[in-house]
Amino acid sequence: MMAYIIRRALYAIPILIGVNVLTFVLFFVVNSPDDMARMQLGEKRLTEEAIQGWKQERGYDKPLLWNSSEEGLEKVTDTIFFKKSIRLFLFDFGRSDSGRDISFDISQRMWPSLAIAIPGLIVGLLVNITFALLIAFFRGTYLDITGVVFCVILMSISGLFYIIGGQFLVGKLMNLVPISGYDTGLESIKFLVLPVLVGLVGGIGSGTRWYRTIFLEEIGKDYVRTARSKGLSERLVMFRHVLKNAMIPILTGVVVVLPMLFMGSLITESFFGIPGLGSYTLDAITSQDFAIVRSMVFLGSVLYIIGLLLTDISYTLVDPRVRLQ
Amino acid sequence: MFRRQPFALFILLLICSGCSDSPWNNPYPAEQDMAKILYDHFSGRPKHLDPIRSYSANEYIFLGQVYEPPLQYHFLKRPYELTTLTAAEMPQVSYFDKDGNRLPASAPSDQIASSLYRITIKPGIQFQPHPALAKDHNGDYLYHKLTPADLDDVYTLDDFSLQAETNTRELTADDYVYQIKRMAHPGTHSPIASLMSEHIVGLSDLSVELRKNYNAEEKAFIDLRKVSIAGVKVVDRYRYEIKLKGKYPQFIYWLSMYFFSPMPWEADLFYAQKGMEDKNITLNWYPIGTGPFMLTENNPNRRMVLGRNPNYHGEKFPLEGEEGDLESGLLKDAGKDLPFIDKAIYSLEKETIPSWTKFQQGFYDTSGVSSDSFDQAVQFGAQGDAELTDDMQAKGIKLLTAVTTSTFYMGFNMLDDVIGGQSERNKKLRQAISIAVDYEEYISIFANGRGVPAQGPIPNGIFGSKLGEEGTNSIVYDWRDGKQRRKPLEAAKRLMIEAGYPAGRDEKTGKQLILYFDSTGGGPGSKSMLNWLEKQFDKLGIELVIRATDYNRFQGKMTKGTAQIFQWGWNADYPDPENFMFLLYGPNGKVEHKGENAANYSNAKFDALFEKMKNMDNGPKRQAVIDEMVAILRDDSPWLWGWHPVAFSLHHDWYENAKPNLMANNTLKYKNIDPVLRTENRKSWNQPVLWPLKWLFLLFVLSLIPAIYIWWRKERASAL
Repeated sequence: MMAYIIRRALYAIPILIGVNVLTFVLFFVVNSPDDMARMQLGEKRLTEEAIQGWKQERGYDKPLLWNSSEEGLEKVTDTIFFKKSIRLFLFDFGRSDSGRDISFDISQRMWPSLAIAIPGLIVGLLVNITFALLIAFFRGTYLDITGVVFCVILMSISGLFYIIGGQFLVGKLMNLVPISGYDTGLESIKFLVLPVLVGLVGGIGSGTRWYRTIFLEEIGKDYVRTARSKGLSERLVMFRHVLKNAMIPILTGVVVVLPMLFMGSLITESFFGIPGLGSYTLDAITSQDFAIVRSMVFLGSVLYIIGLLLTDISYTLVDPRVRLQ
Repeated sequence: MFRRQPFALFILLLICSGCSDSPWNNPYPAEQDMAKILYDHFSGRPKHLDPIRSYSANEYIFLGQVYEPPLQYHFLKRPYELTTLTAAEMPQVSYFDKDGNRLPASAPSDQIASSLYRITIKPGIQFQPHPALAKDHNGDYLYHKLTPADLDDVYTLDDFSLQAETNTRELTADDYVYQIKRMAHPGTHSPIASLMSEHIVGLSDLSVELRKNYNAEEKAFIDLRKVSIAGVKVVDRYRYEIKLKGKYPQFIYWLSMYFFSPMPWEADLFYAQKGMEDKNITLNWYPIGTGPFMLTENNPNRRMVLGRNPNYHGEKFPLEGEEGDLESGLLKDAGKDLPFIDKAIYSLEKETIPSWTKFQQGFYDTSGVSSDSFDQAVQFGAQGDAELTDDMQAKGIKLLTAVTTSTFYMGFNMLDDVIGGQSERNKKLRQAISIAVDYEEYISIFANGRGVPAQGPIPNGIFGSKLGEEGTNSIVYDWRDGKQRRKPLEAAKRLMIEAGYPAGRDEKTGKQLILYFDSTGGGPGSKSMLNWLEKQFDKLGIELVIRATDYNRFQGKMTKGTAQIFQWGWNADYPDPENFMFLLYGPNGKVEHKGENAANYSNAKFDALFEKMKNMDNGPKRQAVIDEMVAILRDDSPWLWGWHPVAFSLHHDWYENAKPNLMANNTLKYKNIDPVLRTENRKSWNQPVLWPLKWLFLLFVLSLIPAIYIWWRKERASAL
C-alpha cells in the first residue's frame, strides 16, 4: 500500500503544477499587475510612480512567464510565475498582496469553516441516512412516492433561497437565533444553529435521494433475499444487513469530502457573516489578491487529491476484497 | 437522544439561551445589554489603517476615532467650518515674496512666493497605551530590540504586556513632523505624496533622497528623525511650521485629514522590527493615536472594536451650532465631557438583508437605506418630501437626510473627434444630449428619489454653488413658475439640427449617429439602467452602443483616452470649490498628465480662471470668478452634470446627537446611547415565536401514523 501512496503522491505533482499554471493564466488574463496595484492602493490621486513602487515591492514588476531579458535558466526563474509558485510546493504561501501572512490567516479562518462544516456533515449524514432508510423501507408505498417527490422539490430549490428563507423565518419572524454573525467558544453555538440547519434542509433532497438509491441497490442483492428466506423481519433485514453493507459506498463518499471541509462555503459564510476560508477566498477574488487566490486554489487541489487518496485507502479498510497495488 | 433527534438539541440550546433575560436572537452577550456600547456594522475589510496611506471612507470610520490631526470640522455648524482639535489655536499663516519679505494676507497671489503655516498644539496630550511606547524603570524601551525568537509566542499586539513603568508619552510637534516625512517614504505609498510634493517645500527632495537607499524587498527601518525637510521644521516642543510653495489656501483643509495626524517614531521603529510583519503586526493593522478611542480588537473578518482611550485628553461637546440645533435638542449635551459611549462594536455584514434585519430588531443602532429595503423604510409625502413608513415611525426610528458632497456625472471624452473638442458642432451635440438625458427620471427610477440633479460640478452646500434661479443651468433648464424645468426635447432636437445631425443623422452622409458608452456594469443589476440610457439617446435619434467592460479594462481605456462617453463620480476631500473644479482643469488631464480630469477637458480661459480662483479667499470676488467658470463649463458641456446623491440614514430613538456631517469622520465621540431604552425595545421586538415549532412537531407526529400502519402491515405480511 505504501508504494501505492507514494506513487499517487508523485502523480499529484504534475497535477498541482497544471492547476497552478491554469490558475495563473486565468487570473492574469483578467487582471494585470497594474490592476492589482490599483485595487490595493485605491483610486484617488493614484500616480504611476506609486503603481510601479507597489509592483516592485511585491515582485510583480517582472514578466509573467518568460523573461527574455535574462540568460539561461533565469529566463524561466526570474518571472512572476516562478517566484510566486515555487514556494507553494513547500506549503509556504507567503504574504497576501495586502501584506498579511497567508498561512496565519488560513490557520485562523479554517476553524469557523470547520465549525459549520463538521456539525453540518454529521447531522446531515444522520438525517439523510435515516430518511433514506425509511423511504427505502417503505419502498413501493405512497410514503415512498411522497418522500421522493418531496426530495425532488427540495433539490429543485436554489441554495440561496434556503439561506434567505431560513434567515427570514428563523431569525426574523421567529426570533429564535441571531440572523448572522459569529463568536468563539460556547457563544458560537447560537450563531451556528441557523447555518447548520439551513445546510441540513438544503441538503436533505439530494442526500436522501442518493442514499435511497444505494439502499435500494443493496436490497436487490442475493444476501438480502437469503436473509428474508431465513425468516428475518423486514426491519431486521434493513437495519442489520442492508444498512451495514450500504455503509461502504456511504463512508467512502464521506471520506472524499472530509479534507474539503477546511475550504468552507463561499455563499453560506458570506450571508451568515462567518469568517471562514470560504469568505476568505471570495474576498480575495473580489479584491484581486492573487497571492491568496493562488494559495487557496493550491490548497483546495491538495486537499482534493488527499481526499481521493483517502477514499482509495478507505475502500481497502471497509471492503477486504479491494487491494491497492 | 440527540443522535436520534438533532431537533431536541436545537430546542435545548434555545432553552439555554432563554435562561437569560436577553432575547434569544441577541447576537451580543447578555452582559452587554446595559453597557454604553454603540453597535454598527461594516461591509468590507478596511485595507489600510496607516493614516499616511488610508484614503477611503470605510477606513476613516476607524481612523477618525483614533488619530487626531491638528484641526477638525465643527460637528454642528453649517456651512462646514474648521476648528481646532489638537491645535491650541487655528494655524497662523504668513506669506512671503520671493526675497523672503513678509507680505500682508491681502497680497495678490502672484506676489506670494511661499506661505508659512505655524501650528501650535496643546500640551499634555498623551498617546494611547501601546507597547511601542512601553519603557522599563530605567527609561529603556521594552520592545524596541526584539528578535524573531522573542516573537515566537506573539500573534497579536495584545500579546505584548503593557505592565511597564510607562506605556505612553506626551504628544509633541515632532510627531506631526515625523508623519509629514513619512509621506516621502517610498514604502508608505502615500496617495497624496505626489500632490503634497507640489506644495510642501523640500518634500520631493526628501523623497528622492529616501529612494536612493531604499530596498523595497528588505523594507528596513529608516529613521526619519535623522533626515530633514527644508520646508517643515519643529519650532519647539509644541510648535511646528510647514512652508508651502506660493499660496495654497486649501492646505488648511488638509490639516484636518489623517495624512497630517501625528505618528510617534517609536511606532515606526517598533513595527519595522524583523519578524513583526511576518506576524501581521503592522501599523496598517494596529493604529496608535491620541483620539478618544483606540482599536482594541481588529478582526475585520468578524468585528472591529473601538474602546475608550484611557489617556484621552478630553474635549467638550460644542456649545453652539447652526440655527435650529437648539430646538432639535442637539445642544442638550453642550459643554459635557466627550466621549459619551464606552465602546463601539462594528460587525462584519457583507449582505444587506442580515444587516437591515438586525437594525429592525434593534441590534444595530444605525443603518443606511439600501434599495432593497427602501420601500419598507421610506415613503414620499404629498409634497414629495421623504418620510418614514408607519412601521418605522411606530418603532421610534428617525430619518436623517443630507445632500452629499459628491457628484456623479457622465463625461464626454474631449479628445474624441465626434463628441469632444471645442468645435461648435460638437458642443451643440453635447448640449443636446445634456437636455435629452433626463436625470430627474434617473434619480426617481434608480436612486429612489435620493438625489438632486446637478447644475454644475459643485454640489449644493459648498461655496460657489447656488440655488434657485441663480443656480440654474440655463443650457439644460428653464426657470418657470419658481422651479427648474428641464428644457423640452424640441430644444435638444433644434440643437441637433444646428450641430448637423437632424433626427440623429449626419446631414452629410445620412448615416445615423452612433455613440459609445463605456460602462463597468454589464450584469443584470445595471441592465435596466443601460437600457434607460439607450432610450435617452434614442430620443434624439442617436444610437448608443454600450461597451460593457470590467473595471480594470475601463481604467485602461480612461488612461489611454479610448473611451467616448463614461460615467464617473467624485467625493469631496474638503468643502471647497477647488476640489471639484480641478476635475476639469486642463493640466489635470488624464491622458496627457495622468490627472483626475477624466474628460480631458481643456479650456484656456477656464484654466486661467481656475488658477485665479484656487488661491482666493471665499467672498463675492471668488464667487464672481466661480460663476464665470461655471458658465464656461455649462456652455462647453464636457459633462452631463448628473446628480448629487442625498444620503439617507436611519437611527433608533436611543441613539442621540445624530446630525449628518459629511466632512467630519471623528463624530463617534459626540454620539450617545440610552441603553435602558434600547434593552426594553429589543426585548419587546424580539419575543420568540414558538407556535410554528409546535405545529411542525404535530405534523411530524401525524406523519408517523401512516408510517407505523404500513410498518405494522409489512411486519405481518407473508413472503408470498
